Amino acid sequence: MNIALLLEMAADALPDRVGLVCEGRRWTYAELLRMARGAVELIRESKAEYVALLDESSEAAMIALFGAALAGVPYCPLNYRLADADLAALLQRIAPALVIGDEARIRRIAGDQGHTVHSRESFTAAAQAATPSADEYDSGEGVAVQLFTSGTTAAPKAAILRHANLIGYILGTVEFASADESDAALVVVPPYHIAGISALLSSCYAGRRIVLLPAFSPEAWLELVEAERVTNAFVVPTMLGRIVDALENGVSADLSSLQAVAYGGGKMPLEVIRKALTLLPDTGFTNAYGLTETSSTIALLGPDEHRAALGSADPAVQARLASVGQPLPTVEIEIRDEDGRVLPAGEEGEIFVRGDQVSGEYKERSALVEGGWFPTRDAGYRDAEGYLFLSGRADDVIVRGGENLSPGEIEDVLLTHPALADACAVAVPSIEWGEAVGVALVVREGHEAPDHDEVRELVRSRLRSSRVPERIVFLDALPYNEMGKLLRRQVKEALAR
Amino acid sequence: MKPGTRLKSAACDSEVMVIRSGGGTIECGGAPMAEAKPTEAAPLSPDFSGGSLMGKRYVDAEGKYELLCVKAGKGSLSVDGVALVVKDAKPLPASD
Repeated sequence: MNIALLLEMAADALPDRVGLVCEGRRWTYAELLRMARGAVELIRESKAEYVALLDESSEAAMIALFGAALAGVPYCPLNYRLADADLAALLQRIAPALVIGDEARIRRIAGDQGHTVHSRESFTAAAQAATPSADEYDSGEGVAVQLFTSGTTAAPKAAILRHANLIGYILGTVEFASADESDAALVVVPPYHIAGISALLSSCYAGRRIVLLPAFSPEAWLELVEAERVTNAFVVPTMLGRIVDALENGVSADLSSLQAVAYGGGKMPLEVIRKALTLLPDTGFTNAYGLTETSSTIALLGPDEHRAALGSADPAVQARLASVGQPLPTVEIEIRDEDGRVLPAGEEGEIFVRGDQVSGEYKERSALVEGGWFPTRDAGYRDAEGYLFLSGRADDVIVRGGENLSPGEIEDVLLTHPALADACAVAVPSIEWGEAVGVALVVREGHEAPDHDEVRELVRSRLRSSRVPERIVFLDALPYNEMGKLLRRQVKEALAR
Repeated sequence: MKPGTRLKSAACDSEVMVIRSGGGTIECGGAPMAEAKPTEAAPLSPDFSGGSLMGKRYVDAEGKYELLCVKAGKGSLSVDGVALVVKDAKPLPASD
């Protein structure tokens, strides 16, 4: 099975429907399929072993994704925000590739690596001009997509997603051609992120018009929702926070078409989602939890559950606003302790997942354990009704004198202080305990920083004394990457200074 | 039958992609399906003429077989003479 089947079916059933819009340019599904087939000619001629994209979102991402699939080589979008040296090292790992993007930069940093280089425009034009001649396309038994992990702790790993993983995900979550002709999905996540890829696949199979926004700003996002009558959108928490701020600061836009907003990719501050639910009372919000290695979403908290949590007097139902919801019907999830024992509801451990969409595979090795389970390295627990809560990366756990402390639990308590806007707990070295708790705090605008004793007392009053921070620093802001992921390693460095 | 195999109906326009399968004979319109279309079309059996719908997944009662219809046709799908049914999928909110 080849992921190109998704585009072939859309082009077959809805040939004249507009499938993609980017900066005013529009393509129907039939045109997109023809261009993907045209791209096969370029890819085969170049003898490339990968198709790489070093560019913001554009039609080239869609053509490259499906063109590479038809040609039978992995599609590997790269993070153009990386430094030259890091990027050159990644390009070396996929040489020889057909690389689409900033030609001058690619030639400068990887000119001697044997790549075939195209600008976005030359690639799209050549794919459009080529006469598809192949009578046989790849059967799709291999790798469809290779994504380098962000490598916040070590060298980036090459996560691979097979055609079968991605098709399994789409067939399990999307009903074919279920979108109305007027439906439009606004895609603003970068093409090198798994959510940027799954958005293209899902919308294509649903027959939903994909509206690309290459560079996010809240104003541009709101404008595009209004202009294209966008019905669906996916954002990372940082983006939703900025959209909420813009709306509160009087930026106006007609958002009446916006039926559904999904979010994921990092922890959503409760304050932001509460405000968003209030500002957009007719929009359904969905929290999606997933990883690169699982082909995107494995659990979700749906629109009704959001509204129920917001309006409930029951603390257990209210708390679900911070949950990532229930596993998809097509995946299984288990919480296990360090010895591999499956834990009951309410107990925190590492999240394991399995299902057709779960790859758990890197180019170098598979991370799957017995029975096909993937250890996510995310820590979490499920409540009595099976709702999944995340408490951070398993690697972020603070081990104090043999006791495992979850940073999330400490941060949640700190954030109840009215003067604190953001908080991050990390391990700091301790002679006595091996590791102890250090916290970096951000003071809310217009408030005074609470003194250290007050912060310690707050934690002591709510949690066990082992959680009381040994070291406390105040920062102007916590470091986040462009996807809204908190860079804990940098916080650790700040605390070590 | 290997997952990913594309099968064509001998009796109508239907085409399926195999997602899961056992050792039985996959049929459409009452006639065995194959990777290539036969030169002479098979007659459409009245017992298997309900039609197949594009984008629907068809399964047997034991969950051994799952076929994705990639092209609709007049014949309906069966395995060894037993009709397959459309797989019920609970609609999920769009998450990406």
